[in-house]
Amino acid sequence: MSRIQSTLDALKAAGRKALIPFITAGDPHPDATVAAMHALVAGGADIIELGVPFSDPMADGPVIQRASERALAHGMTLRRVLAMVAEFRKTDAKTPVVLMGYANPVEAMGYTEFAIAARDAGVDGVLTVDLPPEEAEECAGVLKAHGIDLIFLLAPTTSAERVAHVARLASGYVYYVSLKGVTGAANLDTANVAERLAILREHLAVPIGVGFGIRDAETAAKVARIADAVVIGSRLVQEMEAGAAGLNERLSTFLTGVRQAMDQV
Amino acid sequence: MNDKACYNLPDEQGHFGIFGGIYVAETLIPALDELRVEFEKAIVDPKFMAEYRSELKHYVGRPSPIYHAKRWSEELGGAQIYLKREDLNHTGAHKVNNTIGQALLARRMGKKRVIAETGAGQHGVASATVAARYGMECVVYMGAEDVARQAPNVFRIKLLGATVVPVESGSKTLKDAMNEAMRDWVTNIDSTYYIIGTAAGPHPYPKLVREFQKIIGEECKTQIVEMIGRQPDAVIACVGGGSNAIGMFYPYIEVEGVRIIGVEAGGDGVETGRHAAPLTSNAKPGVLHGQRSFLMQDENGLIVETHSISAGLDYPGVGPEHSYLKDIGRAEYVAINDDEALAAFHDLCKYEGIIPALESSHALAQAAKMAKTMKKDEVLLVCLSGRGDKDIPTVAKMSGIQL
Repeated sequence: MSRIQSTLDALKAAGRKALIPFITAGDPHPDATVAAMHALVAGGADIIELGVPFSDPMADGPVIQRASERALAHGMTLRRVLAMVAEFRKTDAKTPVVLMGYANPVEAMGYTEFAIAARDAGVDGVLTVDLPPEEAEECAGVLKAHGIDLIFLLAPTTSAERVAHVARLASGYVYYVSLKGVTGAANLDTANVAERLAILREHLAVPIGVGFGIRDAETAAKVARIADAVVIGSRLVQEMEAGAAGLNERLSTFLTGVRQAMDQV
Repeated sequence: MNDKACYNLPDEQGHFGIFGGIYVAETLIPALDELRVEFEKAIVDPKFMAEYRSELKHYVGRPSPIYHAKRWSEELGGAQIYLKREDLNHTGAHKVNNTIGQALLARRMGKKRVIAETGAGQHGVASATVAARYGMECVVYMGAEDVARQAPNVFRIKLLGATVVPVESGSKTLKDAMNEAMRDWVTNIDSTYYIIGTAAGPHPYPKLVREFQKIIGEECKTQIVEMIGRQPDAVIACVGGGSNAIGMFYPYIEVEGVRIIGVEAGGDGVETGRHAAPLTSNAKPGVLHGQRSFLMQDENGLIVETHSISAGLDYPGVGPEHSYLKDIGRAEYVAINDDEALAAFHDLCKYEGIIPALESSHALAQAAKMAKTMKKDEVLLVCLSGRGDKDIPTVAKMSGIQL
């Protein structure tokens, strides 16, 4: 059983929902990332999504675009992100790490070489924004063979037939993009999300995480009522933007507030 | 290739061999599906195609003529150079062939708002033009660097009632404009139609743009025979994303004995690394903007900045069908440097009284290079994809002339 699945199973058994923070690796500085990951765990993170910076982040809003630019300015690459995960694993063998990014850095490395390096570093899942199920068969097969979950996005526009297609390839969890738009967009409509999740659950066996537009403890708690996992990205990246001073404490404090609100659900 | 008669690409998922495909975020997939279905219906709908052809005739001014550049050919002393005059189209470039088709498609799909990316501004102008023509709202994304170097087109787009959004992210050129247009589309997907200007992007765009641009090559096949009694020895076109080139090339893929030559932007020279020539520089295949194609990238898969005197060719990727045509050896791809393109620009002004776009000047420079080595009864047919009025400030600056 994968680390992601056992984590989500344990939470379910305890009647709790997963909290999944996202940060961009190398932002605001490569030296800060591993410590920030530990701070997220201290604040109550169950799984960490680690952004792999890319030169052309088409699906991201301005906040995460800037995070990518800051990280790339410090020479971040996919290989360096993997080294960070390996470093994190030295003192945390428990928290699953999911890499989130775009297809080309993985393509450039090659699926097999990437899968081996990611497994060896301790990566548990990969979410590639621009690799929809139509193009993902080969990559999904290689990752699966190396024990890595391929996490797929589902959107408000996704049809029932496509959900069924994703269900055949998905493992770990799926990430429901709660609104039409880029990351960091306006607040989501929870009633609408609840309706959509009910439809998705008819087709999906894996847990469903919800992200895009979750900016505070209150919204996180609302989403926790209907989803299996809550993903928070741009709001945390704003903390990165505020600079390295007191960063880990700020991340941890913010997440603790979210965690408490979610656990009262 | 041995199966010219069977050339029937892309496949249903938009693949040209290993190239093409649909590499986009999930939210866009249903919109691309809807577009594909409507497009496939439209191009076999006699009413739709009749309106498209009527618009090309009466609004664009097609067919565009072929012109024998006799004085320039004589000066070069070799092969005869003929020009397919896409610069004489309404709006001054080939781009309008495609925007007419896509705007009619948008109208058919009930979309009231169109968006576009633009490099040199020609596609922006052509999109703003058809938006005015059909009463649609239009937003044009343009890299901030291109806004500065293509000022006349920026003004033209605004005059036509469209909004220009300067894009400040990344390298501030065409690829970043495309990123931003994609972000707009994913946010406003219900109301908005995205008019991609080049034969690139996720399926069905490369096919769709080709189908609306192939009129160029189709006309050539008839017109050149009327003029010289046979097909040319080679057809030549500049390639950024490659829309005028695929329009010119596609009808010639099955014509034996006609060389197909695409000309990329060599910038300071392919050997310097400062260029925009993924095919000529043997870039690795990669994934960007919804497709797999040859792509300028570093060893970590990050897209590198490109360099060209011509904003319209300043793009790190290329349409997937060009990658395929290179791969199977049906088309050849070469690069022309900034200074060679500039020289050809001046030559055409001087010998023929035609001011060509800097993009098209790359194709002209390649024709001049080849003509010198060829016999006088051999014929090169060049796609003069656009006129050069928009480039006057750039050329003046490069040539040290004060306006």
